[in-house]
Amino acid sequence: MADIIEVRNFTFFYGSFRAIRELNLSIRANQITALIGPSGCGKSTFLRSLNRMNDTIRGTHVQGEVLLDGQNIYAPEVDVTELRQRVGMVFQRPNPFPQSIYDNVAFGPRVLGMDRTQNLETIVRESLEKAVLWDEVKDHLRTSALDLSPGQQQRLCIARTIAVRPEVILMDEPCSALDPVATLRIEDLMRELARDYTIVIVTHNMQQAARASDWTGFFWLGELVEFRETADLFSNPREALTEAYISGRRG
Amino acid sequence: MTRQQAQKIAVSAITAAAGLVVLPIVLVIVYIIVMGAGAINWTFLTALPSEGMTEGGIMPAILGTVILTFGTAIVSIPLAIGAAVYLAEYAQDNWLTRAVRLAIVNLAGIPSIVYGLFGLGAFVLFLKLGTSIIAGSLTLGIMTLPVVISTSEEAILAVPQRFRMVSLSLGATKLQTIRHQVLPQALPGILTGMILGLSRAAGETATLLFTVAAFYLPRLPQSLFDQTMALPYHLYVIATQVPNMPLTIQYGTALILLLIVLSLTLVASVVRTRVRRRREW
Repeated sequence: MADIIEVRNFTFFYGSFRAIRELNLSIRANQITALIGPSGCGKSTFLRSLNRMNDTIRGTHVQGEVLLDGQNIYAPEVDVTELRQRVGMVFQRPNPFPQSIYDNVAFGPRVLGMDRTQNLETIVRESLEKAVLWDEVKDHLRTSALDLSPGQQQRLCIARTIAVRPEVILMDEPCSALDPVATLRIEDLMRELARDYTIVIVTHNMQQAARASDWTGFFWLGELVEFRETADLFSNPREALTEAYISGRRG
Repeated sequence: MTRQQAQKIAVSAITAAAGLVVLPIVLVIVYIIVMGAGAINWTFLTALPSEGMTEGGIMPAILGTVILTFGTAIVSIPLAIGAAVYLAEYAQDNWLTRAVRLAIVNLAGIPSIVYGLFGLGAFVLFLKLGTSIIAGSLTLGIMTLPVVISTSEEAILAVPQRFRMVSLSLGATKLQTIRHQVLPQALPGILTGMILGLSRAAGETATLLFTVAAFYLPRLPQSLFDQTMALPYHLYVIATQVPNMPLTIQYGTALILLLIVLSLTLVASVVRTRVRRRREW
């Protein structure tokens, strides 16, 4: 199994505040990596560093490297829009555009000009199928995405992300606004998607990390305390801090 | 007086104050309709003025106002949207931004007669456009900029940040994000501001005085470099400058002007309420 992302001595600053400190970590291709830890520990900041969404915040800067397929994504010659096409993101709350289901999925391919060489309808259909939403929406693709349930909306957002053919999908607490049934559907979906994509998910839900991921990293105060295969980390944590957190005594 | 009595009196006074706001607008509209409705007929709307404007119609003035309103839109809308996008999406806290904001505040505070003088100096004389539709449109366009910029900026800022984030995260550039997500979502708000700005321009008199308006023109404008009559200025002229002017023609003219401005305002509020209903995402 190959590493698709390699993080080397990565440090992240908001102004003078150091949110992440000298992080080293490798993310395996076609696996699900969960990042856990208390609020403010830097896990979401780290997630957003992987597609440089933090660039939109003024006054941030980084040290170290994040290699995607061996290339440093913070190198000056990197095209950020191309990076974000390759590293997609699903956000905490379902956030479809106030447009039709079809237009939501088609937005990315359109702005990237994919529709010039490929059939847009095929892209939309395949993306919705992969997100296991096609059967529910195929008869009303032109209706507003806002009429869908929250769980369907989040699967639509996943379809929208898939539509631009990313290699990696980042998920920032994608189930925190969903009910348990919708949450399980997303987790099943992640399992399916891991065949084609690499998934990195931030979650506050430890059962979710234990259930749905292959690898788990535990963040504490901007540092990566422990990073191991999920089964090992939860059954046999090496660090006392990890054990305290996953057993609910710290956090 | 008990506390309860004081409360009752205060509530009545406040209610009366609120009610009094309605009174002037109702009175103005009713009065003008009563006095002017008699003048309105097909000839009045479609004929040229005749007999020293005491007979015939006001068609050139109506047409002039419509042309000037369009001219104003063409001048101010591209500038205003550009400025609003800059301020809402790109502006950093530097001297240029501060200068732009200061300019907008000051533009909004300038009396319209001063705009008229500015238009006279800058467009009519310096640029040698003469007293013309184009000089008037430019002057009115600049006058409407502050309203349209402010409302457009507000509308752009009201588009939730998360949609910008999603768009960027899909690989869109900032320009694509603005063009394909932010502006379409802000469009109804921008339209509202535009229409309100234009309705102000349509009713403007002092600005037209030196830049475009003809006292009396027995023909229609032939080009953008022609003078034109316009409703507000025509109203001023027939109300103060023409002896033996029949009152019904004066009030009829006022009624047409009022209808044009009110219908613009009405369109603006319809657009706004429709957006509010749609914005329940």
